[in-house]
Amino acid sequence: MSSSTPLLQLNDVRVHFPVRGEAHRQGLSVKAVDGVSCQLQPGQTLGVVGESGCGKSTLARTVLKLVPLTSGKILWRGKDVNTFTVHEMQSLRRDVRMIFQDPYASLNPRMTVGEQIGEPLALFHPEWSAATRQTQVADIMQRVGLRPELANRYPHEFSGGQCQRANIARALIGQPKLLICDESVSALDVSIRAQILNLLSELQRELGIACLFISHDLSVIRHVSDQVLVLYLGKTMEYRTADALFSDARHPYTRALLDAAPVPDPARERSRPRTVLQGELPSPLQPPSGCVFRTRCPQATVRCGVRIPDFHSVEGGVTACHLLESSP
Amino acid sequence: MSLLECRNLSVRYRTPRGELRAVDEVSFTLDRGQCLGLVGESGSGKTQTCLALAGLLSDSAIVEGSIRFEGEELLGTGRQAWNRLRGRRIAMIFQDPMTALTPHLTVGSQLCELLRVHEQQDQIAARRRALEIMERVRIADPERRFSMYPFELSGGMRQRIMIALALILKPALVLADEPTTALDVTVQADVLGIFRAVIEHTGTAILLVTHDLGVVAGTCDQVMVMYAGRTLETAPVESLFASPRHPYSRALLDCLPRSDQPRALTMPAIEGQPPDLVALPPGCAFAPRCAHAQADCVSECPPLISLDSGRVACWHPLSGYDPGRDQGDPA
Repeated sequence: MSSSTPLLQLNDVRVHFPVRGEAHRQGLSVKAVDGVSCQLQPGQTLGVVGESGCGKSTLARTVLKLVPLTSGKILWRGKDVNTFTVHEMQSLRRDVRMIFQDPYASLNPRMTVGEQIGEPLALFHPEWSAATRQTQVADIMQRVGLRPELANRYPHEFSGGQCQRANIARALIGQPKLLICDESVSALDVSIRAQILNLLSELQRELGIACLFISHDLSVIRHVSDQVLVLYLGKTMEYRTADALFSDARHPYTRALLDAAPVPDPARERSRPRTVLQGELPSPLQPPSGCVFRTRCPQATVRCGVRIPDFHSVEGGVTACHLLESSP
Repeated sequence: MSLLECRNLSVRYRTPRGELRAVDEVSFTLDRGQCLGLVGESGSGKTQTCLALAGLLSDSAIVEGSIRFEGEELLGTGRQAWNRLRGRRIAMIFQDPMTALTPHLTVGSQLCELLRVHEQQDQIAARRRALEIMERVRIADPERRFSMYPFELSGGMRQRIMIALALILKPALVLADEPTTALDVTVQADVLGIFRAVIEHTGTAILLVTHDLGVVAGTCDQVMVMYAGRTLETAPVESLFASPRHPYSRALLDCLPRSDQPRALTMPAIEGQPPDLVALPPGCAFAPRCAHAQADCVSECPPLISLDSGRVACWHPLSGYDPGRDQGDPA
């Protein structure tokens, strides 16, 4: 595989969910993800950010084919996931592992932590003996900062941070190439969150794993991402390198998100102007015409309601906003 | 006289493994028109303090100390005394707006119920007041939303209704327990704006419980940092953020990722776990995780002493001026 082939590539991915009742008769569907394109190089991190209901989690699920694609293409190392055979799909699910938000809910309360961490090995390497499996489990537990003696304990005996470490261990034991972290640190306390974020970036550096990191928290996204995808109502607002995006956000939505995020600095908090977004997220059943963000955009003009904005090249990526047309 | 004076408040539970001190000798005062931020991680006792102030702890809790509200001692008074105050003088906003509203009543009737029960207002007057307060908490189209059920509203809308419920009887004190944790950043910014407006216009005091120091920075006047049920530091918000004196406050500030600063390779983290509340170490509760801990920290518990404009419980408080602070990332 040439180094220029992205590990994961999404081409105009759309996921529309059918609805029942009156809306169905009108031919409407929920456009959870609507035309998202992005790519991820090996060892890199793509941060996906947006408010609840913007399609972040749906996007992650489509990669693993947990949600059927309406249209578009997902390429895994240059090959269309939709054409995968059962065998290829199995190997994809081994290469792409997911870590969820709730550290307790994603562990089985009736299995010991060690059994759960080792369970993927029973699938991937059925020929291995129980003893080999146990050494592997002990190794990986050590790696994520859990004492191997804890393998015989049950999840309820663990703290939230320890549970999340166990989840990470279970994801890593099959030596994946891509980790999908869906709000994986949102439920953790600040001090534990920093520990887990450090652990993830350390593991990523050492093992060269790529990461699709989903969060609603821009400061966390800032810390982990190489590239950032800003979603709103299933559509890409801005897709740029993290450095470019955070130093000079071009889309009014990204700017609003940045302005709304509280900063631990009283003087700054009190003095800076706030462009708090007006109104509510529109219904994804009937998104606004033209630019979907226009109903809450402080800079919206007539043009925004008429035409869907094109992607404009900006430093480090693209931004979908009409405002960039008039400026040189 | 302060609006709220809390002296040596302790909340204990008897468990099979021994006594659990959820809140350990916590003292603070809150004046009218002030906002006090209670900051700490899970298990630090911030919600227990809040529930004690609202008289909502379970019967198994052993509460000691003194809570004086508007000059009147609340601890040891019966259920009736609390019922007279709750809702009318002391209101509470809970974290989860999904479960805190009654699902089978419209939001309008929930608002009007308070006015009918506490102020014996008739239907028409109550409706007018309810619509007024809905407008104050920035609910668009209040007439239509008045007759909606909670499930028809978004999370942000529901939390606004919760705030409206708390404010409608013009209470002197609002206890807000993680009011913005379940909300999106954009909605959070809006809700915090409402809080600031309320403090300015009505002089209501707010006790804001949160784990997010960013929320504290923009909203509160005073901050109290809790750990393992104890107060580690209280200070005016500016001085806590500019020069925290307790190593834990400092570490909490350092381990926050920030979107306004360049990315660091590793974030400063606080190693280890919060202690088991049943088996607290004999000395400072934070000592096992503290980078500055010395021998005396482990052997004896530091008292809360006055230092500059605040109070700190540490044998070796950090110096007031920290040159690393101004250069952005401390790592």
